[in-house]
Amino acid sequence: MSKIILQVEDLRTSFFTRQGEVRAVDGVSFHVNEGETLGIVGESGCGKTVTGLSILRLLPEPAGRIVGGKIILEGTNLLELSKKEMRGVRGKMISMILQDPMTSLNPVYTIGDQITESVRLHQGLSDNGVEKEVVSALRLVKIPSPEMLLRQHPFQLSGGMRQRVVGAIAMSCHPHLLIADEPTTALDATIQAQYLALFKEVQQKTKVAIIFITHDFGVVANMCHRVGVMYAGKIVETASTRELFKAPKHPYTTALINSVPRLDQKGDRLYSIEGQPPSMMNLPLGCRFFPRCSVAIEVCGKQEPPQVEIGDEHSVSWWRVK
Amino acid sequence: MAETLLEGRELTKHYPVTKELLHHTVDWIRAVNGISFTIERGKTLSLVGESGAGKTTTAKAVLLQEKLTSGSILFKGKDLHRFTPSQLKMEYRPKVQAVQQNPWSSMNPRMRVRDIIAEPLVVNTKQSKKEIRSRVLELLEQVGLRSDHADHYPHEFSGGQRQRIAVARALALHPSLVVLDEPVSALDVSIRAQIMNLLKDLQAKHNLSYLVIAHNLATVRYMSHSVAIMYLGQIVEYGDAEKLFEQPLHPYTRALISASLLTLPEDEGEGSKQIILSGEMPSPLNPPPGCRFHTRCGEIRDRCSNVVPELRVVGQQRVRCHHYD
Repeated sequence: MSKIILQVEDLRTSFFTRQGEVRAVDGVSFHVNEGETLGIVGESGCGKTVTGLSILRLLPEPAGRIVGGKIILEGTNLLELSKKEMRGVRGKMISMILQDPMTSLNPVYTIGDQITESVRLHQGLSDNGVEKEVVSALRLVKIPSPEMLLRQHPFQLSGGMRQRVVGAIAMSCHPHLLIADEPTTALDATIQAQYLALFKEVQQKTKVAIIFITHDFGVVANMCHRVGVMYAGKIVETASTRELFKAPKHPYTTALINSVPRLDQKGDRLYSIEGQPPSMMNLPLGCRFFPRCSVAIEVCGKQEPPQVEIGDEHSVSWWRVK
Repeated sequence: MAETLLEGRELTKHYPVTKELLHHTVDWIRAVNGISFTIERGKTLSLVGESGAGKTTTAKAVLLQEKLTSGSILFKGKDLHRFTPSQLKMEYRPKVQAVQQNPWSSMNPRMRVRDIIAEPLVVNTKQSKKEIRSRVLELLEQVGLRSDHADHYPHEFSGGQRQRIAVARALALHPSLVVLDEPVSALDVSIRAQIMNLLKDLQAKHNLSYLVIAHNLATVRYMSHSVAIMYLGQIVEYGDAEKLFEQPLHPYTRALISASLLTLPEDEGEGSKQIILSGEMPSPLNPPPGCRFHTRCGEIRDRCSNVVPELRVVGQQRVRCHHYD
């Protein structure tokens, strides 16, 4: 049994707007083990990014607030930490990679300045030690001639290289958990393949736990050990990647997998889910997928389905499990 | 034998790199280098490649948004150079329409859907208001929207619905060719399928031809009849979509396909080894000599780095690679 790094219990995050409360994340629970990659998949607006930001407590306050639940990182509930203590966690214990490297890097500072910043902040090393640490972080993400790169600015690098630099910054303080929010969406196909392979290698070397937020099932299949499927603020199904693809249970998971065009299969028509995700301001009664579901029964439209364990690490929130 | 609607012959587009002060040209960015293709009536040709491959430049040339450096485009067998400006306006532009990638930036937020869809009709035809109104409603119905949607503004719609509005606008003038620049890549997974199905239905109904620009191979396989794989301004492989995906010949095509296959973690190492290319696409400012792909190719030979391979016919495909000499 491997060590649990992060345990999220019944996390609830809301945004308070003039139109009312938007429950972006509504009772989400999951855990990540050491050296494991957990995928969180879902469509835009399902709450996957907000889940990631909640763990780091980086919500846009005061509109966004965590209203309930626990986020336990190696025994400490992050929600009970002061702002100052939290700053010691960010970047050191947990770090994050965002979608677009051009917006997560500062265009007017050199790469060296930007990597050095977090190392200096968190590790209290001498100048010499800092530089060594920085170069080894850049080596970890396989950047050729890192010493030269330190003096360059982000605009001088290609998209793939920039995202590697972001990866190096994230890994520079040896975090225990890495949250990657759509890290390859802005990259080209062959560069994405390179980056994902690199990710796996870094994980094998450092045993870092990764939460991989994505909408791309191809990336999930390639990268993740376990997957949680999110829909309208809730996780509807959690399973090992293999089981999720072989035997998806929840109708949303099934529909989502079926609607992805496959390169190795030629179909004449794609399966498509009718309608669109509900507005988070105006959620349907009962199961949130009910209005779009093709196999719904009466109870689905009335009561929220309970989460049921149906196997080893496989759970689903669905009324028709039995 | 299907009828050829549009043909591109040796299309080339070089952008000048100028020195700021006197605007004299110091170099050229070779965005597109002598590519040729044909689009048949009622069929789909997809241009596939990574950013910088020249696919959007090609699409812009077809839409007459970019002037070609050399090469010619033939529409229904007639060279566009031989069209007079008024003929282009009457006979070409209305027949070649476009749907852009991002439905959030391709519409004027201050116009109602009714006016967005009607605009091409107002500009290009002399129809009465009543005729236009009924055509707009007909178009809305064709793309699966309701007639009461006509009085709303774009911000009131989801991405999928906006893309439907963009399709309706493109169809307003009964085009024969629609250029679809990454038509679904900005949309969510479950919505993509809806739009792709819609596009296929409309193609069958109106015998439309599509020129699709895409980087997602799975989407391409589902949509296309023929495919051209582009790399650094050249077509490296071109052929029937089915054949090309079943038996890719060029090493770059194989790498692209490998990158988009759905492989479960457990399947790895069981024969289907993933191909991961090293390095990145070189700059079109200074393309490598010989085969342009040789800097990243895993199957390189002596001549690859100095002799430029021709696009030659192998089986039913055309491929630009020394392995098939």
